[in-house]
Amino acid sequence: MLKDLFYKKRHRYATVAQTNRRPRPEIPDEVPPRDVPKGLVEKCKGCGALLMARELQKHAYTCPHCNYHFPIGGPERLEMLLDEGSFEEFDAALSSEDPLGFPGYREKVEKAQQATNLAEGVVTGAGRIDGQALVVGVMDSRFIMGSMGSAVGEKLTRAMEAALARQCPMVLFTASGGARMQEGILSLMQMAKTSAAVNRMHEAGILYVSVITHPTTGGVSASFASVGDIILAEPGALFGFAGRRVIEQTIRQKLPDDFQTAEFMLQHGMIDKVVHRKQMRDTLATILRIHAARGWQDAGATGV
Amino acid sequence: MPGQLEFERPIEELTKKLDEVRAFMRQHGIDLSQEVARLEAELEQVRARVYGELTPWQRVQIARQPGRPTTLDYIRGLCSEFIELHGDRNFRDDPAVIGGIGLADGRPVTVIGTQKGRDTKENVYRNFGMAHPEGYRKALRLMKQAEKFGRPVVLFIDTAGAYPGMSAEERGQSEAIARNLLEMAGLRVPTVSFVTGEGGSGGALGLGLTDRIYVLEYAWYSVIAPESAAAILWKDSTQGPRAAELMRIGARDLVELGVADGMIREPVGGAQKNPQEMVARVAEQALSALRELAQKPLEQLLAERYDKYRQMGIYSES
Repeated sequence: MLKDLFYKKRHRYATVAQTNRRPRPEIPDEVPPRDVPKGLVEKCKGCGALLMARELQKHAYTCPHCNYHFPIGGPERLEMLLDEGSFEEFDAALSSEDPLGFPGYREKVEKAQQATNLAEGVVTGAGRIDGQALVVGVMDSRFIMGSMGSAVGEKLTRAMEAALARQCPMVLFTASGGARMQEGILSLMQMAKTSAAVNRMHEAGILYVSVITHPTTGGVSASFASVGDIILAEPGALFGFAGRRVIEQTIRQKLPDDFQTAEFMLQHGMIDKVVHRKQMRDTLATILRIHAARGWQDAGATGV
Repeated sequence: MPGQLEFERPIEELTKKLDEVRAFMRQHGIDLSQEVARLEAELEQVRARVYGELTPWQRVQIARQPGRPTTLDYIRGLCSEFIELHGDRNFRDDPAVIGGIGLADGRPVTVIGTQKGRDTKENVYRNFGMAHPEGYRKALRLMKQAEKFGRPVVLFIDTAGAYPGMSAEERGQSEAIARNLLEMAGLRVPTVSFVTGEGGSGGALGLGLTDRIYVLEYAWYSVIAPESAAAILWKDSTQGPRAAELMRIGARDLVELGVADGMIREPVGGAQKNPQEMVARVAEQALSALRELAQKPLEQLLAERYDKYRQMGIYSES
């Protein structure tokens, strides 16, 4: 019996050591993917793992090792979200002017258009999830940081008006650095314009779900992103008003690592639920189903 | 047995004896079925006697038993699909209050309730089911959301009271409860509440100004917990049993006083002895109340709600 005791102890010791020595999800940082064609392999910003593009796509552009959510564009988002072939795009050609004659702005927009193959930083349209009609908007952080100028504000407002006209729910994926500096006060006023449209939806009893994706900050977080009937967020998404650097410089303090992440904001009462990208479609389908369900009026009283 | 109460000891002892006799029978192959039958009958009698003559204080103890169904259990019983929603959009998500949207019998509902923990760790996380202002504000947000979409609200109450602490005062515990009372009085959808364990004062009422109030058989609902009343009235919190006798805090009292619309029977010995059965009974009552209330035109619903509370109070005029 005494022997048993020793044996167990040794065994336990070995197990602990093994656990401690288990390496992080392989692939050392030093090997650069230099000889791999661009776009075939992505490096995870969360854990450093190298991921094949096909594998990444299979996992809805999230890291299978650490759950890091890669930023994705509007078209990819819509493809994984909507019933196949159900998307009908609104205002695909609507794009920015240069109201202030801001130096370099036109070039910047053109460059973003070429890089993303989009006319502006948001894609809007109508579609279906699990057969349920909705109006959907997806902001694209690759387009000048998803910033909101007149065109983005106009497209979003028109989408909300479409949800009103069609009497169907609105789901909006936000991703934005905030208002677009190069359009000055007019971009600030897009916050007012979109908020007024949200209010119209609210008064008409239209369901409005906003989904916070990385990053949602500044004027977008301070307007339509924060006033959804239900606010979902992707894990780790940055969601806040002022950026970390600005706050740290202002208060001269180091901020906690998880500051302004979706999880932090959940604890602080700002969002309803953090939803993994792979569960997003199902979660939205359930929410839509609950809101489309028949009411109680014809349920029939059975007496109490 | 964990959570065994003092007055349940005779039952426990007899159950043990019965188990022993049965084990003996199996082991030795001796037929003792007569003895077993006699013991079973006796156990039934003792059970009936113990649970038939419960004092108010013993009922309070049952209402506080661990292992009773919690709000999450009642939600699982009521809703086929449910999504929990979080946060007051203001300060913090209060884990002592939970809420969300779901389908009950295929129809939409908002469900909200205080949530106690199952063990010490969860109880610390849930603050023992005692809400902060942000808990009441989360509840209100979800109720206004329900109002927007025209779905009824079901509320489950099991709390010793609203959290009495510095943080709660700083953020306006009183205002949060007061706001809920004001808004719930005018909420334009049917509302049904259940006191499933403890109905601790304003902390309970802050979720309980509803069209229908049902109280579980052993639950209590009062202006103050009995031992706190004893501490205030007689400067002696050990006199809780006496306060419990005097204050009429049990389910039958509440129905007689016109505060509760009905009492829901608990399984023998209390909800914790058969949680599944309790959950089923509560869900059934919730569905029938929701069906009944849905028949009322909105103006009638609101007028009746006003009258319900307008009539509370007993006084004389000379």
